[in-house]
Amino acid sequence: MSNQALLTANHLDVTLSGRAVLHDVSLSLQPRHLVALVGPNGAGKTTLLRALAGLLPSSGSVHVDGEALASLSLRERAKRFGYLPQGHVVHWPLDVKDVVALGRYPHGATDPGRLSPADEAAVLRAMQATDVMPFAARRVTELSGGERSRVALARVLAVEAPIVLADEPTASLDPRHQIDVMKKLRDVADSGVLVIVVTHDLGLAARFADTVLVMSDGRLVAHGSPADALSNAIMADVFRISAYRAYYQSETVILPWAGI
Amino acid sequence: MIATTIALAVLVALLALGSLGTGPVKLSPVTVLDALFGGGSDVQQTIVREIRLPRAILGLAIGAILGLSGAALQGLLRNPLASPSLFGAPQSAAFGAVLMIALGWADVRSWALPVAGITMAFTSVFVLLSIAGRSAGLLLLILAGLAISSLAGAATSLVMNLSANPFAALEIAFWLLGSLEDRSFRHVTLALPFITAGAILLMSQRSAFRALSLGEETAQSLGVNVGRLRLLVIVGVALGVGGAVAVTGTIGFIGLIAPHLMRPLIGHDPTRLLVPSALTGSALLLAADIAVRIIPSTTDIKVGVLTSIIGVPFFLYLIVRERRALGGGVA
Repeated sequence: MSNQALLTANHLDVTLSGRAVLHDVSLSLQPRHLVALVGPNGAGKTTLLRALAGLLPSSGSVHVDGEALASLSLRERAKRFGYLPQGHVVHWPLDVKDVVALGRYPHGATDPGRLSPADEAAVLRAMQATDVMPFAARRVTELSGGERSRVALARVLAVEAPIVLADEPTASLDPRHQIDVMKKLRDVADSGVLVIVVTHDLGLAARFADTVLVMSDGRLVAHGSPADALSNAIMADVFRISAYRAYYQSETVILPWAGI
Repeated sequence: MIATTIALAVLVALLALGSLGTGPVKLSPVTVLDALFGGGSDVQQTIVREIRLPRAILGLAIGAILGLSGAALQGLLRNPLASPSLFGAPQSAAFGAVLMIALGWADVRSWALPVAGITMAFTSVFVLLSIAGRSAGLLLLILAGLAISSLAGAATSLVMNLSANPFAALEIAFWLLGSLEDRSFRHVTLALPFITAGAILLMSQRSAFRALSLGEETAQSLGVNVGRLRLLVIVGVALGVGGAVAVTGTIGFIGLIAPHLMRPLIGHDPTRLLVPSALTGSALLLAADIAVRIIPSTTDIKVGVLTSIIGVPFFLYLIVRERRALGGGVA
C-alpha cells in the first residue's frame, strides 16, 4: 500500500451566512482507503465533503495528488471527484443508462446517445459493478429505493475518479441494502480509490472503514482506526452515548446502546 | 427521436406553406411555391413575397424561440410548469415596448422597442429567479410569476391610462393582444437578430440541462458552472422573448405547451426536448396564425388571444395533474 497522500486539506474554514460551519480542518488521506466521516447532526460533515470537492467557497487549501484544487478548472475537478449527494434525486424520469452516462460528463461525453467506445466501456463497468444491468433500459422513477441508490452509485463510479465522496449513501435503505452499498464502496476502495462516506451508522463505519473521522461543531475531533476514533471517551464526549462492543466473524461490532 | 424531429420539420414546412397560401386571396401550395421563387403573376408575387412571407417567417421564428425558451426554463428549473409567460416575461417586455411608444421615443418599427422589451424581459426573469432562489419549488415560482406578470400588466395599464390620446391607448391595447398581421420585412430585421442570438445562446448550453436533472449541486460536481448557466439562460430567454414581443405584442403559452406535447414522444430528457420543442412552437404558432385567418368573424381575432384561449385551459390541466406537488401532498 502506498503511503503517498492522495487528498490533503490544510486549515479549511467555511462560513455560511455569517456562521462558521467548518473550523480549521486539516487532513491527509490515502488511496485504497475507505474513510467514514461521522458526527452528530449539524457537525459539518456534508459541508466538509462539499468543501473537499470544491462545491462551496472555503478558505484554506485542498490538494489532490499534489495539485491545488483552486488551480483546477471546474471540469478538471469533476474528473477527480465522484460526488454522491444525499438523497440523490433525479428530477426527470430519465432512462437508467442515461443517468449513469452522466458520470462521463466531466470527460466530455455530453450525449449519452453517442458515447465513445471508452466512455461506453466505463458506463458498462460501472453498471456491472453495481448490478444495475438488469434494469439499464428502465426509467429511474420506476425503480425501488434500493435500486435507485445503486443507479446513483453507478453514476458516481462511471466518473472513474480517484476519489469518491458519498453523503449518507445508506440513509433510508433497508439493512440488506445498507450492507450492500457499504460492501460495494469497500470494493471500490480496494480497487485503489479513496472513498469517503458520511454516515450516521457507527456500526457500519466500524465494520467497513479503514479510517474514521469524527466531527463535532465544525471541527475534526478524532482521526484514526475505528477502534481509536470510536473509543468510549469519544462516544461519550461527541455523541453522548455509550456503546456495546464485540467481535463477530473477526470484525468489530459497535452498537450504540444508551444516551448519557 | 430523429424521426420525430424530421416529421416535425416537415409539418412546420407544410404549415409555413399553408400560412403563405391563406388570406383574403387563397393560393394553392403550388402557386405559393411558384410565386415564392419568382414565378406566377406580379400580384401573386407581391402577396406571397411581401405581404405573407414576413408573417410566416415571424410565426416560424417566434414560435420556435417561445418553444425553446419554455423547454430551456423547464430544464433549468427542473419544473414542468416553468415557461416565459408564467414568469411574466412577455408581459414585462410588452410593458417596456409600450412605454417606449407612449413616451413617443419610438414608433412601432424602431430598435428602441426590442431593446426596451429585452431589458424588461431580462429584469422580470432575473427578479423571478432571485425571489424563487436556488431550489425553486413549484408554488413559489408560480406565485412569484403571478406577481411579476400582474405588476407588468398594471404598469402597462397605467401607461395607457395616462396616455394623452385615446386613440393611442386603443392602438396600444390592440397591439398588446399579440398579432402577426401586417408585419413587414422591417419587423423581421428588427426581431430576427435577437431571436437568433437567444436561440444560439440557449442551444449552446443544451447538454448542461441533462446534468441539471440530478440537481444543481451534483451538476456542479460534474463540471457544470451552474451560476453562469442560470445567467446565460435568463439572457437567452430575454433576448428571444423580448425581441419577439417587440414586433408582435404578447403571445403566451406556446413555451408552456410545446415541451409537454413532446414528452410522450421524446421522453423527459431536457436536452433532447429542446429542438423538438422549438419545432412544436413553430408549428403551434403557424397553425394558430392560419386559424385566425380562417375562423369567420366580423373583427379579426388576434393570434395572441387564440394562443391564450387554448393555453390557459392547458395550464389548468397541468395544475390538476401536478396538484399533489402544489398542495404539498396534502390534497
